[in-house]
Amino acid sequence: MTTEAVLKDVYESEELLTGTDAVAQAVRLADVDVFSAYPIRPYTGVMDRLAKFIADGKFDAEYIIADGEHSQFEIAKHASSVGARAFAGSSGTGWLYATEALAATATDRLPVLALVGNRALDDPGAFGVEHNDAMLVRDLGWLIVWASTAQEALDTTLIGYRVAEDPKVRMPCAVAMDGGYLTHSQHMVKIPTKEAVKRFLPPYDLGKRRLHPDNPISIAPQVNEDWGMEIRRQNWEAAKRAVGVIRKAYDEFESIFHAGYPNPFFEEFMTSDADTIIVGMGTVSAAAKTAVRQMRKKGDKVGYIKLRWFRPFPSEELRKALSRASHLGVIDRDFAHGGPDDAGVLFTDISSALYRAKSRPPVIDFIAGLAGREVSIEDVIAMFRKVEKAEEADVVNWVRVREKSNRGSQGNSSGGKSD
Amino acid sequence: MTTEEKMEEFKGANLYSNVHKIDLPEFYTSGHRTCQGCESALVMRDFIKAAGPRTVVTGATGCMYVANTSYMTTPWVVPWMHTQLGGGGSSAVGMAAGLRALMRKGKIPKENINVINFSGDLGGGDMGIGGVSMALQTDYNLLVIMYDNESAANTDIQATNMTPWGAQTTFSPTGTKERIMHKRWKKNVAAMLAVGHPNCKYVATACATFPPMDYMNKVKKALSIGGPTFIHTLDPCPKGWDYHPRYSGDLGQLAVKTGVFPLYEIVRGEVRYTYDAAAKKRVPVREYLEKQGRFSHFKEEDYDFFQQRVDEMWEEWEVPGIAPIRGALKLRK
Repeated sequence: MTTEAVLKDVYESEELLTGTDAVAQAVRLADVDVFSAYPIRPYTGVMDRLAKFIADGKFDAEYIIADGEHSQFEIAKHASSVGARAFAGSSGTGWLYATEALAATATDRLPVLALVGNRALDDPGAFGVEHNDAMLVRDLGWLIVWASTAQEALDTTLIGYRVAEDPKVRMPCAVAMDGGYLTHSQHMVKIPTKEAVKRFLPPYDLGKRRLHPDNPISIAPQVNEDWGMEIRRQNWEAAKRAVGVIRKAYDEFESIFHAGYPNPFFEEFMTSDADTIIVGMGTVSAAAKTAVRQMRKKGDKVGYIKLRWFRPFPSEELRKALSRASHLGVIDRDFAHGGPDDAGVLFTDISSALYRAKSRPPVIDFIAGLAGREVSIEDVIAMFRKVEKAEEADVVNWVRVREKSNRGSQGNSSGGKSD
Repeated sequence: MTTEEKMEEFKGANLYSNVHKIDLPEFYTSGHRTCQGCESALVMRDFIKAAGPRTVVTGATGCMYVANTSYMTTPWVVPWMHTQLGGGGSSAVGMAAGLRALMRKGKIPKENINVINFSGDLGGGDMGIGGVSMALQTDYNLLVIMYDNESAANTDIQATNMTPWGAQTTFSPTGTKERIMHKRWKKNVAAMLAVGHPNCKYVATACATFPPMDYMNKVKKALSIGGPTFIHTLDPCPKGWDYHPRYSGDLGQLAVKTGVFPLYEIVRGEVRYTYDAAAKKRVPVREYLEKQGRFSHFKEEDYDFFQQRVDEMWEEWEVPGIAPIRGALKLRK
């Protein structure tokens, strides 16, 4: 029951915001206690905005300019350990510079939330989006979720805290977004009221694991073969439990904000009767949805799935949604050089999940949009055409890449030979 | 400054006036597995005794992590948390910031909680120096203690930049071609931090055993003065320095008396020697060096070189034993 009155009650305003601005609004609304900043494009706008909130007295938090990303994430981790809600973020190699702290935050089970403004990895110092940075922590016990609109970025940040801090989960959460395409693009965003956010997001409570003189525990004493495996098992169980917690969090988010996320894990666009489905993450969905609409007009039964939650990976849900199709494609804005079938990371995960499906449609991979290169509507249409004949196609198809055969031109080569 | 003034300055610190006044409760107790004669363990025990139980502690990776805190056998009575090797400064900042935010917002009761990080020489002086520097630029009340046993003592005694010139370590073994492998002079961490962080009100060096109470009182001063502070301790290490554990106390004392390890505090920019090796007759460095197996390959020329460098520290440096700058006074004349 979405009435104007109900929405008036939970939203304070609607503003034109970039993706990073939207996250800054969510951090303010979540009453974050500590945030630590270090500059790197393209995530850094969130810190610029938060600093201004502090300067203008709109946000009460401890704000620390760190000396590097490692310190930045150590600060967030330890603030979290004393019971403070903590926020940090980074991009590209900055995120990698923090890796040691990122790993320990996950194994310490501290629910720090981070914005990853996806950026290509050095060299060659490109600012453009690639997903490999956030994916670096995919096996470490981080929750990873991709937002692809500014509204989704705001909502997902609130949901991210709620899931991460749930006593059944207590894992750090990376909210990822495409550098440039979302960090720097503006959308109209509904900004919730503080009161409504309070109803959705309970105070952060570490319970017995909060470090304080009244609770003199030791966190992370050194462990070897005696207990290390049990600790890993606990992390594994938390990641499994996160699936249910995510579902519940979205249900409640829906009941308060009527935001329209029928499926928390991924958005299905015209897939109910689709024969051919492409799966991707991030802002490529804009081009993909338009491509689907255009092809639908011509009678092509195509659909698109925009994956949000990458960790925990919604294997069961994806199996259900994907095994209905007759042909599948995956768009990887990442690479996994020398990996299985020389395909991308998302393709490998989806193929792995599909292996257990009763019906396994043929699936091919598209490596596209690396280092921020555009993926156009025409590109996606060409991908769909190829997926329709997946049996005859190469497993891995590089899109819009200059190849030896057409060196010097930057034409659409998604129809050309790959590898 | 007179003695009375000095006592007045740290009135709130409840300094120990004699050894009988030292508090009896222990907050670093059984459960650790440090070596016999481990002075770093004493550094742990004494700082938390001086700080008391309303304290949170982070310990960077190092021997005082691995040997101290085996799972299920923690010796820490106070809340303690591991931090990464280079995370010393930033871990303290994170905790101090978290506590301050929670208190300001009324989420936890307001009180003075000490935040202390300890990092070894490898963690605090090498890898984590950036984070320590950042911590000393903040306005949080915190103390970073760099416990310096002059090697990576947990991983096989590898050289760090705090390892003294010429010492044998597994990274700097003596050989048939190179007698001296470690050719770096010990990094001057405390003075570097004092010089580089004008708002930091308290930087000190200390030795846990000499002079008695000096170290514990420095911890008390650091915690009471406000803002971020730093203490560098020199910890004789029987395993790394190769001597019988019974000599730990003697070696600490000799390091100070030979002038190899200058003992001082810099309070709001003012230097105070807590053992003035320039004024007192310095013991020859040989007496300190030859008691340690790590210098057993030294020849006369090596002792001479070492002595000459220490002499320079005390006789030629503009701020003796602290600032390796020469000639500034001459220039002014």
